[in-house]
Amino acid sequence: MSDTQAVRLAVRKTYKLYIGGAFPRSESGRSYVVTSSKGDFLANASKASRKDARDAVSAARKAFAGWSGATAYNRGQILYRIAEMLEGRRAQFVAELTEAGTRKAKDAGGIVDAAIDRLVWYAGWSDKIAAVAGAANPVAGPYLNISSPEPTGVVAVIAPDEPLLGLVSVIAPVIVTGNTCVVVASERAPLPSITLAEVLATSDLPGGVVNVLTGSVKEIAPWLAAHMDVNAIDLTGVAEEDLAIACEQAAAENLKRVLRPSAPDWSADPGTKRMTAFLETKTVWHPTGI
Amino acid sequence: MTTPLADVASSGATLRAFLHGLPGVDRVGADQRAKMLGTRSIKTTAKAEAIDLAIRMVDLTTLEGADTPGKVRAMCAKAAHPDPSDPSVPKVAAVCVYPDLVGLAVEALGGSGVKVASVATAFPSGRSSLEVKVADTALAVAAGADEIDMVIDRGAFLAGDYLKVYEEIVAIKAACGEAHLKVILETGELATYDNVRRASWLAMLAGGDFIKTSTGKVQPAATLPVTLIMLEAVRDFLAATGRKVGVKPAGGIRTTKDAIKMLVLVNETVGEGWLDPDWFRLGASTLLNDLLMQRQKMATGRYAGPDYFTLD
Amino acid sequence: MFEYAPAPESRDVVDIKPSYGLFIDGEFVDGTGAPFKTINPATEEALAEVAAASQADVDRAVQAARKAFGVWSAMPGSERAKYLFRIARIIQERSRELAVLETLDNGKPIREARDVDLPLVAAHFFYYAGWADKLGYAGYGPDPKPLGVAGQVIPWNFPLLMLAWKIAPALACGNTVVLKPAETTPLTALLFAEICRQADLPPGVVNIVTGAGETGAAVVNHPDVNKVAFTGSTEVGRLIARSVAGSGKKVTLELGGKAANIVFDDAAIDQAVEGIVDGIFFNQGHVCCAGSRLLVQESIAEELLESLKRRLARLRLGDPMDKNTDIGAINSAEQLARVRELSDIGEAEGAERWSPACTLPERGFWFPPTVFTGVAQSHRIARDEVFGPVLAMLTFRTPAEAVEKANNTPYGLSAGVWTEKGSRILWMADRLRAGVVWANTFNKFDPTSPFGGYKESGYGREGGRHGLEAYLDV
Repeated sequence: MSDTQAVRLAVRKTYKLYIGGAFPRSESGRSYVVTSSKGDFLANASKASRKDARDAVSAARKAFAGWSGATAYNRGQILYRIAEMLEGRRAQFVAELTEAGTRKAKDAGGIVDAAIDRLVWYAGWSDKIAAVAGAANPVAGPYLNISSPEPTGVVAVIAPDEPLLGLVSVIAPVIVTGNTCVVVASERAPLPSITLAEVLATSDLPGGVVNVLTGSVKEIAPWLAAHMDVNAIDLTGVAEEDLAIACEQAAAENLKRVLRPSAPDWSADPGTKRMTAFLETKTVWHPTGI
Repeated sequence: MTTPLADVASSGATLRAFLHGLPGVDRVGADQRAKMLGTRSIKTTAKAEAIDLAIRMVDLTTLEGADTPGKVRAMCAKAAHPDPSDPSVPKVAAVCVYPDLVGLAVEALGGSGVKVASVATAFPSGRSSLEVKVADTALAVAAGADEIDMVIDRGAFLAGDYLKVYEEIVAIKAACGEAHLKVILETGELATYDNVRRASWLAMLAGGDFIKTSTGKVQPAATLPVTLIMLEAVRDFLAATGRKVGVKPAGGIRTTKDAIKMLVLVNETVGEGWLDPDWFRLGASTLLNDLLMQRQKMATGRYAGPDYFTLD
Repeated sequence: MFEYAPAPESRDVVDIKPSYGLFIDGEFVDGTGAPFKTINPATEEALAEVAAASQADVDRAVQAARKAFGVWSAMPGSERAKYLFRIARIIQERSRELAVLETLDNGKPIREARDVDLPLVAAHFFYYAGWADKLGYAGYGPDPKPLGVAGQVIPWNFPLLMLAWKIAPALACGNTVVLKPAETTPLTALLFAEICRQADLPPGVVNIVTGAGETGAAVVNHPDVNKVAFTGSTEVGRLIARSVAGSGKKVTLELGGKAANIVFDDAAIDQAVEGIVDGIFFNQGHVCCAGSRLLVQESIAEELLESLKRRLARLRLGDPMDKNTDIGAINSAEQLARVRELSDIGEAEGAERWSPACTLPERGFWFPPTVFTGVAQSHRIARDEVFGPVLAMLTFRTPAEAVEKANNTPYGLSAGVWTEKGSRILWMADRLRAGVVWANTFNKFDPTSPFGGYKESGYGREGGRHGLEAYLDV
């Protein structure tokens, strides 16, 4: 082989949105440049519009009945499957995190491992959270009285700027209990979220359970916060105080459940709070008599 | 028969299908409704009226192995004149005795207007042949009984042989002739309210003039919820067939308060159409004296003492 | 006809003072707002003059609560428990007095105040008293901490019961409270203040500030309040959620509802009728979880309506102090106007209106039990919360249609299901988007049982272990 042979040109990936199990471009036709932390060009990511957000909410709502109606065992199996798929693409994520400059190569492996382990951890919660968050209540009368946690519905998630571990840590607790979600990816580092969407799309996760939008948080988050068919919003990734307050205020219109944690430590034990924040307690009474 | 439900008893299967097609009864809900009605506060004029009405509804009862002619005569005297010192006290509806004492009671009550009721059909267990039960009934009717209080065959009912129970009631009704037939369900042995409802309909379909809760020999007897369910049954039976049937709670009704609760139940379940001794009776023995004591308290403003009322 | 003679409960058991102050830091003090009168809605008679708390008064109350928080939160849970047990006992001892006062100020039948409200109030304090020294076992970590000062605003429909729902868990968890009772029903809260004194509760642990909406806003928006708990309309709940946005205050909201009470053709019909009546006419329908939408399987609709009408004809409307009254007075002229308005709209929209023959008293605020038939989902009486004795009857054909109609509302507080088929109950209960599902019963409450809504019926739960979360920093 001679030295003059041209170096093979890589086939690049087009980063699109993930809505209803498909990978469409933004209906607006817009994209924005994603660079590494050093400023190198990485890709043109889709810049989602409010209409993409609307479509994503519709897809999430459509998927809700089936996903919340699936058995807890089945949801756990699928979350575990996501972990398996992620493990299979470990190298790809390490490379993506490294290229983006999010992590040094030696740390990136640990982050990907932690993300995989977190999915496995949450997968196991699917059929246990009801035992922990539910109750048989000893009411003073001839009634059976049972409280069980149920998913609140469609959750809008503004993901943190922690492209894989943070992303997995906000998605898994939402969906493991039966919610569906619309995720707004980290604006600065959106690419791993679309790669994660490819993992989700090949993990038996029904389309629409997780929908991923990339683009401007400032542009999309208020539309999701105000959307009357969204039941809850996770503002973890909203860094700007004014935007967060505006979203909280907009969320009041249909009494969305709002989660706004202060500076999460993604390496810490997550506890159950991210799950219970998006659970309703339903209490059923029935008389006991012959 | 030309009633709308004429075909219901054409076979065991149709009868069963009909009885099991009746709406269920939720025990807790029924208990709760009866309990709530039990909190009604009946005072002053309403209480005075209720006491007199309750006295007029009493079936003064003695059903002991130790019943003697003397005991029955004394009870009959009390039935006609519950309080000899106060002629404004109304007489009771009827006396209720065993068949062999009917003749004596009829004689003792002659012309008083108090009716004579007799238990029959191998009371209280009902465990005998149909022939014996018919003969038992005929004996009481021949002796002059105005009313027959029969017991149903609970064994057959619980075994699901509704047609047997039905046919027995039809046969006894025939043996009654002019006498009114009260059908005792013995609700304490039927155990569930669904059974009480089914047995009520069964008794009414077979021609009973009254449905009665209990023999008084089994606990629980005439509870408020059981009476409530039987009242609902006669209400619905009237709506379905146009025939009105009476109700008689019996057993365990001892105080004026118990009796008034029963009247409230009647008032708020079936209404005034049943607030009459022709359609509602209270089977009791010790109740009468408590009604008399309360009546005196209403009249004098003093609490009464038992020594002032006869123990007959 | 068996007419019940009047059986009035004695009013003498309660001593209503001509005027009441605010309860701040263990003392009754004057308010600096313009005092207002609270009236008996059954007679329009003024019962007492009540102080109105201004922003400055609320500030004093919050300061007192803040000061008391140190003492109260540091106290061993077992000691806090004993104070709450003490309060529960005093409530039992004075229950007749409290029931009569509640009926006079609220208009609800004395039978309900006596047999429902007061037993539940005492039970709620007993229940949460027991939690005070067991919080480490509640599933919120080994040593969960209280939040601080709780600002609580409660409605007029169950004045003392809503106070119990707010104060008992707050205190058990180690918080101190500033509570604002409803403007039209402040009196039992003020009697409760006296009970706190009888119990020797440390000053400032419970503060009661009376007043109208502005006082409530001052409580909710006070910067030194750590926790906001509100029960009332969705409209006000929305305002509160918006106004506390970004403050970091923990919020629980128990708001409106438009519950479907679903009756299948195989239901235990007599009990279903009772459940429908209890569902919408209990407390004059002033119940957030009232079964205001009756969904009946079409095959039994006529039959059920007939039974329902027969039953409604037996309801006894009148003097709330009469022990035999089933339907009392509407709480205020304002509420009566709303009930009338929505009912008139119902008629104008083409639904058929029916009420049993009943004479309304001449004075006071009254509305007869009312049933609308021929109602469609699109009618306002099927969508808006009437908060009065008005039932909208709709029909359905299949279980799936029943679920769809039941869930077709922005609310999600409660629902009822009546069927004798067990598996269908569970299927329905799974699919109904509501915080409480009563199957073959309705309007049952218990301190051990979490209560609260989905969607626009609010968030957070009150009652049970779940009710602790609202008052712990977890």
